[in-house]
Amino acid sequence: MRKLKKAVLALIATTALAAPALPAAAEDIFVPLFTYRTGPFAGSGTYIANGMHDYLEMLNQRDGGIGGVKIAIEECETGYNTTKGLECYEAVKPKHPVIVNPWSTGITLPIIPKAAVDKIPVLSMAYGLSASSEGETFPWIFNPPDTYWDGMSMIIKYIAAQEGGLAKLKGKKIGYLYLDAGYGKEPLPFLADLSKELGFQTKLYPVAAAEMQNQSAQWLNVRRDRPDYMIMYGWGAMQPTAVKEAVKTNYPMEKFISIWWPSEEDAKGAGKEAAGFKTLNWHAATPDFPVIKDIEKHVVGAGKSQTPKDQLGTVLYNRGVYNSMLIAEGIRTAQKLTGKKVVTGEDVRRGMESLNIDAARLKELGMDGFAGPIKLTCADHNGHRPTFVQRFDGAKYVKVSDWIEPMHDKVGPLLKADAKAYAEKNAGWPKRTEPCDAK
Amino acid sequence: MFYREVGQFKTSYAADQAIFPIRQDRIGLALILAVAFIGIPLIGGEFMIASVMIPFLVLALAAIGLNILIGYTGLISLGTGAFMGVGAYACYKLSTLFPQVNIIVWIISSGLVSCAVGVLFGLPSLRIKGFYLAIATLAAQFFLQWCFVRVGWLYNNNPSGAIEVPLHTLFGIPITGATAKPLTRYYVVLTIVVVMTWFASNLVHGRIGRNWMAVRDMDIAAQLMGIRLLPAKLLAFAVSSFYAGVAGALMVFLWLGAAEPEAFNINESFVLLFMVIIGGLGSLIGSFLGAALIHILPIIVRTTPGALGLSIGSATAEHLTYIITGGLILFFLIVEPHGLARLWQIAKQKLRVWPFPY
Repeated sequence: MRKLKKAVLALIATTALAAPALPAAAEDIFVPLFTYRTGPFAGSGTYIANGMHDYLEMLNQRDGGIGGVKIAIEECETGYNTTKGLECYEAVKPKHPVIVNPWSTGITLPIIPKAAVDKIPVLSMAYGLSASSEGETFPWIFNPPDTYWDGMSMIIKYIAAQEGGLAKLKGKKIGYLYLDAGYGKEPLPFLADLSKELGFQTKLYPVAAAEMQNQSAQWLNVRRDRPDYMIMYGWGAMQPTAVKEAVKTNYPMEKFISIWWPSEEDAKGAGKEAAGFKTLNWHAATPDFPVIKDIEKHVVGAGKSQTPKDQLGTVLYNRGVYNSMLIAEGIRTAQKLTGKKVVTGEDVRRGMESLNIDAARLKELGMDGFAGPIKLTCADHNGHRPTFVQRFDGAKYVKVSDWIEPMHDKVGPLLKADAKAYAEKNAGWPKRTEPCDAK
Repeated sequence: MFYREVGQFKTSYAADQAIFPIRQDRIGLALILAVAFIGIPLIGGEFMIASVMIPFLVLALAAIGLNILIGYTGLISLGTGAFMGVGAYACYKLSTLFPQVNIIVWIISSGLVSCAVGVLFGLPSLRIKGFYLAIATLAAQFFLQWCFVRVGWLYNNNPSGAIEVPLHTLFGIPITGATAKPLTRYYVVLTIVVVMTWFASNLVHGRIGRNWMAVRDMDIAAQLMGIRLLPAKLLAFAVSSFYAGVAGALMVFLWLGAAEPEAFNINESFVLLFMVIIGGLGSLIGSFLGAALIHILPIIVRTTPGALGLSIGSATAEHLTYIITGGLILFFLIVEPHGLARLWQIAKQKLRVWPFPY
């Protein structure tokens, strides 16, 4: 009995210890990183987590933080699981994070309404709710540099360019292979509109989340339908499976174009035959930049990170770096706007809204040519930046197209209508009261 | 010594048949309720309330529902996650169609919708048993989840494909949506869970519960004794789905705040099944113990190193959590294959004769 009592006491003690979260030091800027190095999506998540962590750690090591203030980095493991992600959010909230990155659409959606209440801006970089690009409705949410509708419009434009103009799409057959969840279904109405307008035929191949690794049925249909082009919106295990199945089906890889999520590993699994597979991207996929060299010198080389050296410069690693660069620049802009050193979530929201990273600034950051310039405003929290197409050559991705602008005239009204509908459906959605800095 | 019923005489049949015939039990229950209603709100931080207690209560409620089906009636179900989903989507539809009606009414009503769906999928239970029934309910799981993804009407054709929870109030205080305080949400969830547990306890200790248990132990014998199998089994499905449905509605409206269909996938069903098995089949307190072990234990394991000042990587912590939690589950099952509830029973028995065991 004594043993049991002891065990119970120990349990109570640990619970009591665990309940109050340790506050970050007051003179730091607290940036939590929601990551997933475990679970079914770890294959993609580990790269992103490493990239995000290493860039911020590099700023700490090289410059002593941002504007002389150290960044307190803390990772919280979500496993790409919504309930765990929310647990992370509740766990970091008392430590006053200046920004959160959910890195999962499922986690982003419940956090969106909380952001305004808790005064914590949310950066969902090119994922999450597309309509949250409308700053007038969603002052606390930022999703640069593109929405999934922008992505679809750019893929269609690229296909049109291959065929020799939008008019030539008439009568073509375009297959759309997508994750049968909110993310993959979002572009459907847009695709339907475009196909009506441009006269191409769409074939839909939904892949249920539980069936990601078994796509033989979908690819059997692809073989029967013989679409001229295939578009993919996938994530996690769906992507390598799709590439493998495409190779098995003898689908011409040059005509298989994905949104920006596949990594090198996703294509490599299918071997040399996967060469020709294309994806959209908005940043470089090589380590040949001063910023990556600095990371190598100050962080990876110094043993301050879990990143293996050969991971530097891969697509998703660099995406993590880009994500952290946006955070860091948001904080820097906030410091400039407020004159404070230790900024709060409210300040960083203003900073993100006034974010203006031009070519000169990119050069200062050691990212000359790493990505295009980006400027956010109070109304536009996305930027709708052009992207390019990169081709997998059997080992790495190589840029093969110029920058492609999204169809602003078509995507813009859709986003506006969608943001309006969101506010209407969620009765009592707060009107924007946050002042606007950028004129 | 502390736990002896010596001297507690029953003077009426009602007193003898009471659910808690021993005074110490009643005191214990009162203490637990006092801790839940007063103690935890006083000492618990926001994290404790929002991420530990609310999910624990919601999961425990769903586990009670599943326990009624598996533990009391002996019908295996792998569709609890989907039935929770039915409750959540029903509540979403009802509250968006008639936003002026109080949300509590809709949370309870959505249980009835889930109840109807549960009865429908419970029909095969008359002819098939055991693993075969598990497969039939698995079909329910997949079919319902397919509906959540494909039937746009269910989520009002939101482009995000998710259901989002707007602001609802009770007596003028926000209880759902982002402005609702965790404490308010906690009280609402706690009240509903306490009332429904009390109801379930009366149900399983009464005539209906005895019918269920007779069916569980041997359905042919039960039939010979005059228990009509179809109503008994369907009632178990109905009540079980009702509990799952209310738990699902609570999960989306008072815990998560928004949900994708993925929230109600097969994993959710399995996790609930584990809770019931580890907690103890055929025991209400087991449902709570199981939910605590599966939900709260990982949180403790995860936060302990940080609280002790040890810095380990988040991924390592996660792996450790899996290892330790898995190990503990094995440990508990080896020590007591009948679940934590049985362990609790044994502890009670030992306490009764302590310090002079015979």
